Amino acid sequence: MDRPKSAEPLVTVRDLAFARDSRAIFQDLNLTVARGSVTAIIGGSGTGKTTLLSLIGGRLAPARGTVEVAGEVVGGLPRKQLFALRKRMGMLFQSSALLTDLDVFENVAFPMREHTRLPEALIHHLVLMKLEMVGLRGARDLFPAELSGGMSRRVALARAIALDPMMVMYDEPFAGLDPISMGVVVKLIRELNDALDMTSIVVTHDVAETCTIADYVYLLGSGRVIAEGTPADMKKTDAPEVRQFMGGLPDGPVAFHYPAQPYLDDLMTANRS
Amino acid sequence: MQARGVEFSVGLFVVAGLLALAMLALKVGNIHVLNSGETYAVTADFNDVGSLKPKAPVTVAGVRVGQVARITVDPVTYQAVVTLDILKKYRFPVDSSASIQTAGLLGEQYVSLSPGGSQRYLGNGGKIRITQSAIILEKIISQLLYSKAGQSPGHS
Amino acid sequence: MNPVAWISGLGRRVIAGIGRLGRATLFLARLMPALGAALARGRLVVQQIYMTGVLTLVIVVVSGAFVGMILALQGYNTLVRYDAQSSLGLLVALSLTRELGPVLTALLFAGRAGSALTAEIGLMKATEQLDGMEMMAVDPLPRVVAPRFWAGWIAVPLLAMIFSAVGIIGAYLVAVGDLGLDGGVFWSQMQSGVSVSNDIMGGLVKSVVFGFVVSWIAVFEGYDAKPTSEGVSRATTRTVVSSSLAILGLDFIMTAFMLRGL
Repeated sequence: MDRPKSAEPLVTVRDLAFARDSRAIFQDLNLTVARGSVTAIIGGSGTGKTTLLSLIGGRLAPARGTVEVAGEVVGGLPRKQLFALRKRMGMLFQSSALLTDLDVFENVAFPMREHTRLPEALIHHLVLMKLEMVGLRGARDLFPAELSGGMSRRVALARAIALDPMMVMYDEPFAGLDPISMGVVVKLIRELNDALDMTSIVVTHDVAETCTIADYVYLLGSGRVIAEGTPADMKKTDAPEVRQFMGGLPDGPVAFHYPAQPYLDDLMTANRS
Repeated sequence: MQARGVEFSVGLFVVAGLLALAMLALKVGNIHVLNSGETYAVTADFNDVGSLKPKAPVTVAGVRVGQVARITVDPVTYQAVVTLDILKKYRFPVDSSASIQTAGLLGEQYVSLSPGGSQRYLGNGGKIRITQSAIILEKIISQLLYSKAGQSPGHS
Repeated sequence: MNPVAWISGLGRRVIAGIGRLGRATLFLARLMPALGAALARGRLVVQQIYMTGVLTLVIVVVSGAFVGMILALQGYNTLVRYDAQSSLGLLVALSLTRELGPVLTALLFAGRAGSALTAEIGLMKATEQLDGMEMMAVDPLPRVVAPRFWAGWIAVPLLAMIFSAVGIIGAYLVAVGDLGLDGGVFWSQMQSGVSVSNDIMGGLVKSVVFGFVVSWIAVFEGYDAKPTSEGVSRATTRTVVSSSLAILGLDFIMTAFMLRGL
């Protein structure tokens, strides 16, 4: 397509199908994430954005098709190799998922303590370095319960990059943040991506913020990619689905109403049961 | 750091638990060192063992010297065969006698040994020949009532 | 109510119960290999023994003392009718070491620490902490679940021994201080009647079994909880209810075997 061919893909999703409780979430999903890019995956609520991250992280297995990360097919990996791969991926959960019984310092140190045998002094330096990057070196002794939503998401970000991963996945990184915190997180995603030479996948429904930092955007709908391109392309397009989502229109190809029988019929049969 | 406090209190907790176990074993249970290697077995036949049970104490002059190992019935004589495990440091003459007694009115029954005068001693598998069966309270009472009943017409 | 519906409701519950038991067993099978790994990192286990055992200690000591004192009063009241009050120490010691120590300790532990274990693991699940660990390539079974399981299993027998010992001391204080019994008789009757191998070790075996079962139920319910606040609170209730029933049912079975000298 019209994306730069020079960038080799880090993540390749091919003909992916996945269903949960017999409800199809993806059918024939295809997308690639170029190494070094910030790729946004945008879609309405319930379009399976978070499920896609679980598939990439190997927490779910696809019903059909493949997910390839750094040349390895994630779905069929034995646990040991899967864990080895995950050490090279960071993930930022919407709820931050900080360990509530550890303070900020220990939360960031957690992956290092679990996966490395670094001396204590080095861990100390590394943790302070990661915290400095997200601007929370001063909050190292606080517990997760004492942090605001924006701060805990930044701590989680410091933890996600603790082992210098090749890629970080962000699950709704902007949800529930005030404008200032949101601006901070937006800036951090781009800066860290470039400074640490990572690849970022941002799953979100905040179109405007995402378009300021993303290199490439996928718009998901009804189980497949309905539009893709650079943020500039997406704004120019006149495909109705894209226009509806990018412009935030309540009704359009994605209907306002959940599928139902005609309203009048429903009223007439109300006392049937 | 506070980790030191955690470790200390956990250590204290474990020590308290083990001390409690030691107290139960020594002070409450009075640990009885009765391993098979340190005892020898003798048997004694009784006409009636009453409510004697395995593990009941075997005493001489009120001091515990062993315990009842098992109680069976001789298929020929229909007498009760009681096997006693006795500590090796106590030796008893072959003409010693055994009786089943009760500790207090409602207490448990135990075997009391009275040493004889012989120069030969009981060994493992030996047999005590002189025995006195358990005193069954109900039997004594009924005998008493019988004899009273038999006497009373003559006296009145 | 419609009897057919009632019977099918009963059947549905039985099927669901068997399903839970099966899931709990599968969970235990998955937990087993993690137990060794957790033990290799003793610090985590020590931390959890503190959280479960040490914090349950106060309630166990207080309850044990009261139960012992109550047993002394009640036992004396009955024994004195047969002029057998010299057996009071024996009565108290046998009641505590065989039954009340292991059973009451396990029940208290289920209520105080077991429910907390369930709630803690359930909340970690609800707040995506367990998922987060998975994504950091850390298996939560050896890191989170196994240390808590070990801690509960280790703590319950220790607590049961403390309960019995404190109870006997409490009974002694009442018997000698208040009821005027002779201290020597109190202890000597106890010593002649309590068997270490049967009564004390039997009680210890019971509490080891209870510790295993309560810890198993608590971590399973937490791990199996629906990741919502309602799911966690239901799981916590289930831990207390199923632990209590399991303790009493197993106690009956073990007592029956032990008293028959199997």
